[in-house]
Amino acid sequence: MTETHADYRLSQLDQLEAESIHIFREVAAEFEKPVLMFSGGKDSIVMMRLAEKAFYPAKIPFPVLQVDTGYDFPEVLACRDNWVNRLGARLIVASVEEAIKDGIVVDDGKTSRNRLQIGTLLNALEEGAFTAAFGGGRRDEEKARAKERVYSHRDEFGQWDPKNQRPELWSLYNGRLHEGEHMRIFPISNWTELDIWHYIGREGIEIPSIYFSHQRRVFERDGMLLSESEHNPVRSGETVEERTVRFRTVGDLTLTGCVESEADTIDKIIDEIAIARVTERGATRGDDRFSEAAMEDRKKEGYF
Amino acid sequence: MSEDLTKAEVAEQTRDMDLLRFATAGSVDDGKSTLIGRLLLDSKSIFEDQLEAVEATSQSKGYDYTDLALLTDGLRSEREQGITIDVAYRYFATPNRKFIIADTPGHVQYTRNMVTGASTADLGLVLVDARQGLTEQSRRHAVLLSLLRVPHLVLAVNKMDLVDFSQEVYEKIHAEFTQFATKLNIPDLEVIPISALAGDNVVNRSENMPWYSGPTLMHHLEHVHVASDRDLMDVRFPVQYVVRPKSDEHHDYRGYGGMVAGGVLKPGDEVIVLPSGMTSKIAGIDLFDREVSEAYPPMSVTVRLEDDVDVSRGDMIARINNAPKPSQDIDAMICWMTNEPLRPRQKLAIKHTTRSARALVKDIQYRLDVNTLHRDQDTKELGLNEIGRVQLRTTVPLLCDSYSKNRTTGSFILIDEASGVTVGAGMIL
Ligand SMILES: Nc1nc2c(ncn2[C@@H]2O[C@H](COP(=O)(O)OP(=O)(O)O)[C@@H](O)[C@H]2O)c(=O)[nH]1
Ligand SMILES: [Mg+2]
Repeated sequence: MTETHADYRLSQLDQLEAESIHIFREVAAEFEKPVLMFSGGKDSIVMMRLAEKAFYPAKIPFPVLQVDTGYDFPEVLACRDNWVNRLGARLIVASVEEAIKDGIVVDDGKTSRNRLQIGTLLNALEEGAFTAAFGGGRRDEEKARAKERVYSHRDEFGQWDPKNQRPELWSLYNGRLHEGEHMRIFPISNWTELDIWHYIGREGIEIPSIYFSHQRRVFERDGMLLSESEHNPVRSGETVEERTVRFRTVGDLTLTGCVESEADTIDKIIDEIAIARVTERGATRGDDRFSEAAMEDRKKEGYF
Repeated sequence: MSEDLTKAEVAEQTRDMDLLRFATAGSVDDGKSTLIGRLLLDSKSIFEDQLEAVEATSQSKGYDYTDLALLTDGLRSEREQGITIDVAYRYFATPNRKFIIADTPGHVQYTRNMVTGASTADLGLVLVDARQGLTEQSRRHAVLLSLLRVPHLVLAVNKMDLVDFSQEVYEKIHAEFTQFATKLNIPDLEVIPISALAGDNVVNRSENMPWYSGPTLMHHLEHVHVASDRDLMDVRFPVQYVVRPKSDEHHDYRGYGGMVAGGVLKPGDEVIVLPSGMTSKIAGIDLFDREVSEAYPPMSVTVRLEDDVDVSRGDMIARINNAPKPSQDIDAMICWMTNEPLRPRQKLAIKHTTRSARALVKDIQYRLDVNTLHRDQDTKELGLNEIGRVQLRTTVPLLCDSYSKNRTTGSFILIDEASGVTVGAGMIL
């Protein structure tokens, strides 16, 4: 049997874990059809771990939904499959390619895959009649997120109304919905990037290998280092070369930049982040850089 | 916090440090956003690109200094209006602690947002402008924090640079506030003279105020003792979720998932399950795949009982000689949060711990004037942002304690059944 602390203290990481588990259980108890949105990134992997703990030794009582952009890193898909198999969870894949074929979203050649994900995701949520969708958003990521509730209400169109959010007090969450509406749930709202890494290290859980330093053929575009890929033709003036890199976020590979890094262990990654001077989104996500309010706009439209 | 602390050193300790949640309150322009920006900046929680963006915006607006408030004022409408309209959460860490700030707006029309931010806070930070001294607003902020039973209060007297760092100004505000605070329930009070803009007494001790011998704001935040604020005496375990694997491997497993709201639970303890009143013993406490010897607030665990008693979500596990009294008549202070007023005979949904029911408003006893503490007994209703004492009758018994004893088992929310919106926050008397 494990001894707990004699002075009844709980470290901040344990407190965050306890709060997140509480949220997972609350949603599973009160919503008819929850689903966990899995991006393959470190945040959604931490969510999988927390869900695993919340219901152990039972299996997680909801399926896992992933939006396949068609431009995902193969390493990320492999990691996803390992997780889903180990937990015995049901995986639903919503494909952007299919959504384009079915006319659900329109690929005009200019719109990024991250944006096309929105329509694909909303369609998958509607088709599955899901009433609650867990997302891995953190309030420390971005200014617009700092005000978002743990239970974030979405109307029939999947939109978020930042000026009309329900008050959220104590640990009492209000999950009331009308027909056609759903709730986005953010169980790791109060975690910071550093907390996420410490937790991954402490739990010893698998994350996609692209987070660790590796050799990759890359080229520079708009100040970002992008991966060579058939989906991302090199333009004139751009040169491909092999460098030692790692990714700080995972997403559409045509837009997700990597950074030069020697960090090949969790501890080295933590050291690197601790002295990093640029936020993860600012550094490597092409689609957040268009305007200061870009994230707020995408959230209103129904982005994760 | 030492000045030359690197982010790497902070990271080292993120794992084992403890947590302080605090809520800030102040009137518009008292310098709340600037102070939070300063705390983030001086604790090295601001990244280069964030600072650059803020510097660029400040410059384009023609300011001669970096407007740190831009770091926290998030939503576009707020940036346009230049005010903070909703609770925003911020994070920073020092070697000893991680901090979660609930940054709440100060205006009277945002009382509900302040109540929201204060509901989970260990400490309340009220700002006043040294030039103006205590205002009706600062008094209201203190009243709200005391009503929400936030155990520690800091009054930060800001903009000391604009009053020549005058000790006299500080002493006057200090005396006036201490006098006012005697009418409230504030177990711990600290009054700190600062300049959020210049940084005096925020992280670094001010050279301009040698007459002040108390702690800097950051030192106080880092060292204030919060562990003892939890109730470790009275066992309260609201059952949240029944864990039943129904698998071959764990065929007979039946556990009760929940977050400990009070007391210390141990295997072997004799317990009572409410409202049924059945008794049993704790067979084991599971934290994921290991068993633990104790569970205490705010741990999320799974409790197994020795007997096959009927337990479901909404029930409460307590000790036989120390259990809350189930009651359908609730006497509470309610903060009303929506335009349509609260009136007698109104029916609402109520959520208390993991239990949901319906409630009927029996009587509104008085409306509390949060500026003067006057009780208006003639009131017929409670309007938006008003607070009053209300009697409710619920469809099923609630397993409650007084809010002054336990902030988890003593609180509830009220929900409008038609709109589904949270319309009230209640603190049981
Ligand atoms: N001189 C001086 N100005 C300050 C100080 N703190 C804030 N200010 C200024 O007061 C104004 C309002 O500050 P802000 O942080 O937006 O206030 P808020 O409305 O409480 O968030 C801004 O122009 C700040 O630069 C201070 O300590 N000294
Ligand atoms: Mg402000």
